Amino acid sequence: MKYIDEFRDGERARGLAQALRTEARPDRKYRLMEFCGGHTHAVFRYGIPDLLPANIELIHGPGCPVCVLPIGRLDMAIRLVCDHPEVILASYGDMLRVPGSKRRSLLHARAEGADVRMVYSVSDALELARANPDRQVVFFGIGFETTTPPTALGILEAQRGGLDNFSVFCNHVLTPAAMKAILDVPPGAGQGETLEVDGFIGPSHVSVIIGSDAYGFCARQYHKPVVIAGFEPLDVLQSILMLVRQLNEGRADIENQYTRAVTPTGNPRAQAAVSEVFELRPSFEWRGLGAIPESALGIAEAYRHYDAEHRFNMTYQAAAGTRGCECPAVLRGAKKPTDCKLFATSCTPESPLGSCMVSDEGACAAYFTYGRFRQEAVQQQARQRATHKAGRR
Amino acid sequence: MNQADNSFRAGRRQARQLDLKHGRIELTHGAGGRAMADLIDLVFRRAFDNPLLNQANDQACFDLAAGRMVMSTDSFVISPLFFPGGDIGSLAVHGTVNDLAMGGAQPLYLTAGFILEEGLPLADLARIVDSMAAAAREAGVLVITGDTKVVERGKGDGVFINTAGIGRVAQGVDISGDRARAGNRILVSGTLGDHGVAIMSLRKGLTFETTLQSDCASLHRLVERMVNRAGSGIRVMRDPTRGGLAATLNEIADQSGVGIRLHENALPIRPEVRGACELLGLDPLNVANEGKLVAIVDADCADALLQAMREDPHGADAAIIGEVIDDPMRLVRMETRIGGERVIDWLHGEQLPRIC
Repeated sequence: MKYIDEFRDGERARGLAQALRTEARPDRKYRLMEFCGGHTHAVFRYGIPDLLPANIELIHGPGCPVCVLPIGRLDMAIRLVCDHPEVILASYGDMLRVPGSKRRSLLHARAEGADVRMVYSVSDALELARANPDRQVVFFGIGFETTTPPTALGILEAQRGGLDNFSVFCNHVLTPAAMKAILDVPPGAGQGETLEVDGFIGPSHVSVIIGSDAYGFCARQYHKPVVIAGFEPLDVLQSILMLVRQLNEGRADIENQYTRAVTPTGNPRAQAAVSEVFELRPSFEWRGLGAIPESALGIAEAYRHYDAEHRFNMTYQAAAGTRGCECPAVLRGAKKPTDCKLFATSCTPESPLGSCMVSDEGACAAYFTYGRFRQEAVQQQARQRATHKAGRR
Repeated sequence: MNQADNSFRAGRRQARQLDLKHGRIELTHGAGGRAMADLIDLVFRRAFDNPLLNQANDQACFDLAAGRMVMSTDSFVISPLFFPGGDIGSLAVHGTVNDLAMGGAQPLYLTAGFILEEGLPLADLARIVDSMAAAAREAGVLVITGDTKVVERGKGDGVFINTAGIGRVAQGVDISGDRARAGNRILVSGTLGDHGVAIMSLRKGLTFETTLQSDCASLHRLVERMVNRAGSGIRVMRDPTRGGLAATLNEIADQSGVGIRLHENALPIRPEVRGACELLGLDPLNVANEGKLVAIVDADCADALLQAMREDPHGADAAIIGEVIDDPMRLVRMETRIGGERVIDWLHGEQLPRIC
């Protein structure tokens, strides 16, 4: 497949792995955070850790939209669709399985009769609104800068078409604010709070929209290098090599490996649509990272008519997560999925207790699906399960 | 009509004409009265016509030769009913024929049960039944007894079909999911994921254009060829339908208490399928097949069996894709193209509703 196979070439991958082995200094550690869930997924899908020297550690960041949405916001959506029978809630598929308070998900609400529909894009939600003029269609807008412009265009299209039964429950969040929050966690703040990151594997698709210049603060304020990386395995390997070289040379620059898609200033038309329709929220709650100032978007005054929170008087109530669930620490990169007692015992992709086990992009789901044989504790448990099964036969 | 075509009416009153062009299934077609008899005569018996069916009893009666028999049943609830490369009718024949063939058997007889939804166009039903009959003829099996029910509009999805079948196992063949051992080789009969992607291309909300056809086919002749070449060397055989190759290999690993290692570079996957899966975020290993088999065989027979498969039209793209290993965790893992390793897991939840 053109433009795909070139970036999955085994020969080149071995070349990059060799370069990493030669250039990574044995006397130090390289702790690199891949911010995006898409990268976490790629890292495990292609078995990239097998190609890295032991002193290069990949830390999985919070860049999974489903994972970082706090339970309280999900509860708002569940309450909305249960309390308002006229509402059709249109949501991306991943969101449906995330457990909210009392482990209740949108799928549970649907089984009890709420009208929740899975859509592939905001266009599908607009289509639903047109097809159901006597219902209220609410699009559950989630995601980072990648999914924000389509939501903006959806609202603009609804306005142009006079589609009054369409609104958006907006939960769009901002990548740079989250990176800042991660870097601001004070070192030594207590168990599960410390995080030392030497550099970032920067987001791919987010950067297509916001451009590589958006990460300048990492280098200037925090002296951390960022390499914006594509999602293919060679992209990731090459970006790791670029980070290792920066760290070896004591540099902290914003570099762009994903030059085939990312420019310094991003996509101006997408940015214009976003700033037309949305405004910065003063503060927004993130799962794992807490309340972060100016880290999310709400719908601007001029488009309030399309704001589901306004239309249905939705209010936010903070909610506690499942006891023992380490999603917050996993999202900060402070713990690995396998550090969580629930991982692969009571929390599995079939019956997730935490958000990180739901989406393909969640670190727990990636560990479980692609990499669990690397984990001794899990091996132990699987062996027990196997013996148990054999005994039953 | 020739003589054979008329034989289905032997001993019965003359059937009335159904409006096969514009008519629709009504509740009376399942009520046990004349309308049902007409439907059976003019749609089902005409298509499936054979002496055992024409006994017209509540059961079909037949003699069997001595030997080991296999029996299997499968229900088909796909949407859409018609897809590039087949339809629910041909699928209902191929599915059960393949389940029998995966035991190393030659399929002999099928039964067919239909659950029809009120309002189904008779023309669609006739098309489905004719396609089923053609698939059965092509496979050399007879549909010897059947059943029809009609459900109210909204309580079905056009048509659901159940087929059951029996077949005779060739001598010296012992195929079972618990017989995989470390060192065995793993073969597939051709490209993976064709059926699932062809169906997905038609799904509402997901429509995309592809020239891809479902691989829907009966595989018993391919199996016969393999059995003739090295029957005793075949340990496990399965058709990787729902859940794809990933689910099938996990089942086998679990049943046999072994691990499995695949080589990504060796997997035969069409570029169209890879492209569609990239776009939709799917793994071709989880996507359904309807005309492919996976065989786990003794290492010393692997090349001969691969050769035998490639000589069959349904095995032209056959490949050796991996081997069985010792592993107390019973994991299926894959050496990736770039030289890393990952687990190939069961599919979590639904990939998309009702692919087969």
